[in-house]
Amino acid sequence: MPEKADIIFQLQKDILRLQGYRSVQQDNAPVIDLGPVNTAFPNGVFPTGAIHEFLCPLTEQAAATSGFVSALTGSLMQFGGACIWISVSRTLFPPSLKTFGIEPHRVVFIDLQRTKDALWALEEALKCEGLAAVIAELPEIGFTQSRRLQLAVEQSKVTGFILRTSSRSVGTTASAARWQITPLPSAMENDMPGVGYPRWQVELLKVRNGRNGVWKMEWSEGRYNILQEPSSSKHVQTHQLKAG
Amino acid sequence: MSARFFTIWFRHLTTDWLTRRQPELQNIPFVFAALVHGRMVITAANIRAETQGIRSGMPVADAKAIVPGLQVFDALPDKESQLLQALGEWCIRYTPLVAVDLPDGLILDISGCPHLWGGEREYLREVITKLRAIGYDVRGAIADTIGTSWAVSRYGRIKPIIESGEQSAALHPLPPAALRLEPELLDKLHKLGLQQVGNFMTMPGRILRRRFGNTLLSRLSQALGYEIEAIQPLFPPAPYEERLPCLEPIRTATGIEIAIQTLLEKLCLRLQQEGKGLRTATLKGYRTDNRMVQASIGTSRASHHVQHLFKLFELKIPSIEPALGIELFTLEAEQTEEVAAAQEAFWTAGPGLNNPSVAELLDRLAGKVGADSIRRYLPQEHYWPERSIKQTPSLEEQPTTSWRTDKPRPVQLLAKPEPIEVTAPIPDYPPMLFRYKGKLHEIKRADGPERIEREWWLDGGEHRDYYSVEDKEGRRYWLFRSGHYSGQQSQWFIHGFFA
Repeated sequence: MPEKADIIFQLQKDILRLQGYRSVQQDNAPVIDLGPVNTAFPNGVFPTGAIHEFLCPLTEQAAATSGFVSALTGSLMQFGGACIWISVSRTLFPPSLKTFGIEPHRVVFIDLQRTKDALWALEEALKCEGLAAVIAELPEIGFTQSRRLQLAVEQSKVTGFILRTSSRSVGTTASAARWQITPLPSAMENDMPGVGYPRWQVELLKVRNGRNGVWKMEWSEGRYNILQEPSSSKHVQTHQLKAG
Repeated sequence: MSARFFTIWFRHLTTDWLTRRQPELQNIPFVFAALVHGRMVITAANIRAETQGIRSGMPVADAKAIVPGLQVFDALPDKESQLLQALGEWCIRYTPLVAVDLPDGLILDISGCPHLWGGEREYLREVITKLRAIGYDVRGAIADTIGTSWAVSRYGRIKPIIESGEQSAALHPLPPAALRLEPELLDKLHKLGLQQVGNFMTMPGRILRRRFGNTLLSRLSQALGYEIEAIQPLFPPAPYEERLPCLEPIRTATGIEIAIQTLLEKLCLRLQQEGKGLRTATLKGYRTDNRMVQASIGTSRASHHVQHLFKLFELKIPSIEPALGIELFTLEAEQTEEVAAAQEAFWTAGPGLNNPSVAELLDRLAGKVGADSIRRYLPQEHYWPERSIKQTPSLEEQPTTSWRTDKPRPVQLLAKPEPIEVTAPIPDYPPMLFRYKGKLHEIKRADGPERIEREWWLDGGEHRDYYSVEDKEGRRYWLFRSGHYSGQQSQWFIHGFFA
């Protein structure tokens, strides 16, 4: 008779498998190396083929989030995939994507007027298996809509990033992870003058079957560099946005 | 019944065409000229110029010496073949077999056709007068063989219609050039004093072969009808159009769907067989109340994929109003392109924009939200930030220059720089603080200036001195000062946000 703990462990593993989480890296699957951040995810693998949402009510946060997401997308596109960037009011400057490892001409931008159209386009794009990632800048997304998107990616295994630019309320969504990226002061070697590499505080506010956390990281030389040990997950709830 | 051939000779094909386009050239001598071995040589002269002694093959300089008011146009490459193709397609109304005879003729196989016009004489007159009325200076001849009709149309003096079996009598008085021979051979015949076809027509074949080679003999036997000569008839392209008449008027969306599906299957089968794909297509529905409703689709790359095209039309079905019912559907592919035959997927197509599923997705999006909201950017060689990218509608177009990463560029760029209030200590130093949207930012770190000059040949105005700055909270901005530093009058703007 197996131990109760073993049964629970086995069941948890089965649940993860049924939910589509990969336990072992497949050979040609894109690898996203976030260093210690990866330990926060189930099985220690960044969940691709899922919806990630990012809260960025401030323009500066939106800029930082664009950078962080571009870098993630850059890793997803490393095998020559294409990416679609859907936006309701886009200010993204394509040449800057090159800094984060994306060839800007491999990104197709879809600029729409209405959120309704953008959501439709996002769902259609997430159903398309030929894409590496779909990024959407939307003011709002509700639970029903996010559930639809999550169902779409479960079929197609496309990774979706949603940048929520409105600060009204966070609400409940069906996405696999919720992030908040805040810019941090950069630093130069030996305290020299000038602006250094972009630094962010990366907060994982919610992750399905994983642990929350806060990390400080710098984007330099084409990869993420963690600046210090992650603070304990108990002090995470520092974000100013209220749920509900 | 023996075969009959009708040859039409356009004596001034390209010049007549230009005169038709520009009637004011009617009474002006003009020529077409092309660069041959470093000098301009006339390729075609109009009738006015020819009466004054200008021939094709003459250098333009000589011709201008003869006719000082001569107008010279650049020769249009392949124009003859285009014109003859079009005229040939026009001639299909007289016979189904029309061939282009470059550089200046058409050959019509009219066997069994002239009696419909009341005989060969009337037939010939009909074609010739029609072409002359259009404005082409033509001559025509009818004979049993292509060779003879060609010879008579160019060199015949007596009558244009050669009765069946009278080829040798007709060829007898004509010069050897009437046999379509090369200039070298014509020279040789001329030197030997053989001025007419009749002089050597009766000579034994072996003698002619020994002296002049096989060409002369074969041309002669072609003209006399001993050797069969084939023509390559024109096939005018049939439009990619399908019709679907309905027994009962269609009034429901399901009915329209079935109609679209049926039409697409027929059209795509044909496109697939010809290795083509459609770029734009229009569905027209003719209603019982004599109105017409239509819906158009476009694809970003040529496609003959029924399901995909159906999905595009499906988005348009709500806009098709059947009213009392649609009696007839037509589907026309206005724009088609060659499509590379897709390899049957052994393993699925690679990722990227070339993936057909991505193209199909973008077609669907374009069908719903409009093609102008789908954008793709390529780098342009400009320093001015707004001009450093260009939009392209195509998915295939590749950048001609690389994306620059040597200078810092913000992730977010405001469409229009917004003015800010700034405190700057000394000229060419980054500001200490700035106020943007009512919020004060204290600058801790800064890089710059990076001066970007205006491209004066494109627009005027002040240059910009860009600074990338970071405030106390670690937020990074891209600011610039318009023009030189001038104390309190300096105009500062915020242009972007760094990651």
